[in-house]
Amino acid sequence: MNEMWLGYCAAGLIGIGLYGLIVNPQPLHKILAFNIIGTGVFLVCAVVARRGAVPGMGGDPVPQALLITAIVVAFAASALAVALLVRLFEVEGSTSLDEEGASAKADRDERRA
Amino acid sequence: MNGAPTLALIALILGLALWIVLARETFAAVAGFIAYGLLLTLAWVGLSAVDVAMTEAAIGAGLTGALLIGAASRLRGGGYAEVRTRRGLAVRVLAIVASVGVTAVLVVCLGMLPEPSPTLAPLVADNLAATGVGNPITAVLLAFRAMDTLLEAIVLLFALIAVWSLTPDAAWGQRPDISHDVHPQGVLAYVARVLPPIGIVIAVYILWVGADAPGGKFQGATILASMWLLVMMAGLARAPPVGSTGLRAWLVAGPLVFVAIGLYGAWAAGAFLAYPDGVAKPLIVVIEIALMPSLAVTLALLLAGAPRNAEAAP
Repeated sequence: MNEMWLGYCAAGLIGIGLYGLIVNPQPLHKILAFNIIGTGVFLVCAVVARRGAVPGMGGDPVPQALLITAIVVAFAASALAVALLVRLFEVEGSTSLDEEGASAKADRDERRA
Repeated sequence: MNGAPTLALIALILGLALWIVLARETFAAVAGFIAYGLLLTLAWVGLSAVDVAMTEAAIGAGLTGALLIGAASRLRGGGYAEVRTRRGLAVRVLAIVASVGVTAVLVVCLGMLPEPSPTLAPLVADNLAATGVGNPITAVLLAFRAMDTLLEAIVLLFALIAVWSLTPDAAWGQRPDISHDVHPQGVLAYVARVLPPIGIVIAVYILWVGADAPGGKFQGATILASMWLLVMMAGLARAPPVGSTGLRAWLVAGPLVFVAIGLYGAWAAGAFLAYPDGVAKPLIVVIEIALMPSLAVTLALLLAGAPRNAEAAP
């Protein structure tokens, strides 16, 4: 039943990632939290693949192959998110999504005007 | 893996995930994420998914980690070093309730998985001989579910187009700049001279054994990409201008070969991406060899990001 323990671990990772996604105001931390949720989902898929093992194969190769695809696509999505974030930072000078940061920026703009 | 090491691994993974989410310093969180990716690699091995473990180590921990460290250092100076503010207490309590609820539902769902588990492994085992390759994962990626792999290669291209489209107007067509200020006699420059020949040989080896053993084009392409990135970061070579026709030809060459072989299958075997009897393995090897350089260039440029330096001469 080792794989079921890893399945519960994956469920925990999804919960931890969700908490980080909601609570952290910084977009880069949100990207990190989103990646944690992603790895949790991948781990659930790997547990399902492992349960489909037959003699001679350690797991069902179809979900495992899809996981390889998923990890590569997750990297592409993170790269796009980081590129958006860096561009936002270059244009705005700040990327925080919390109200305090937004009001501080409004104050700066007012002073400049 | 048996009981105690698995439980220790799970405790470490969950602890690191909490550390990443709760860390107030961005660099600390990113460093934690790299360690977390490497620990997950052990979990993949524990689940007998060695190919996935290699991909996770190379892309999930390695490339994603490098990407996030680069982002963290670029965003520094904008009050980004530390998370000073958090959401209010009410939001945090609600977030805890939501995440515990999601976890609980998932645990219940995992308990309800059908027994015995449905599996496609016997089908793969029965048809593996027809493809001529020995690694079932490679057979799935390039024969049974080749369409997914083709679409994935195209998704990577679209992601790169999206990243490039964030270029400021003034910098369009120029080179992404990822070089660091390095001493020309320093350690980074030295490593960037010594490591790439070894890395290239390992990448080609991983591509070649991927037909019969864990490995393949994604893992090999990631190693090639990291070698190229190392050379560019050390300032020994510059990134190509994104407007270059030659670069764009490299990027689309792999997917185009894939599509061409798919069309050949439509003509010779009656279905798109079907392989005629007897030549499946050579066609799979041709696709892998053609895809690897394109994937390597795409992954490296995704990490390099959009060009920003408007005053650099094209």
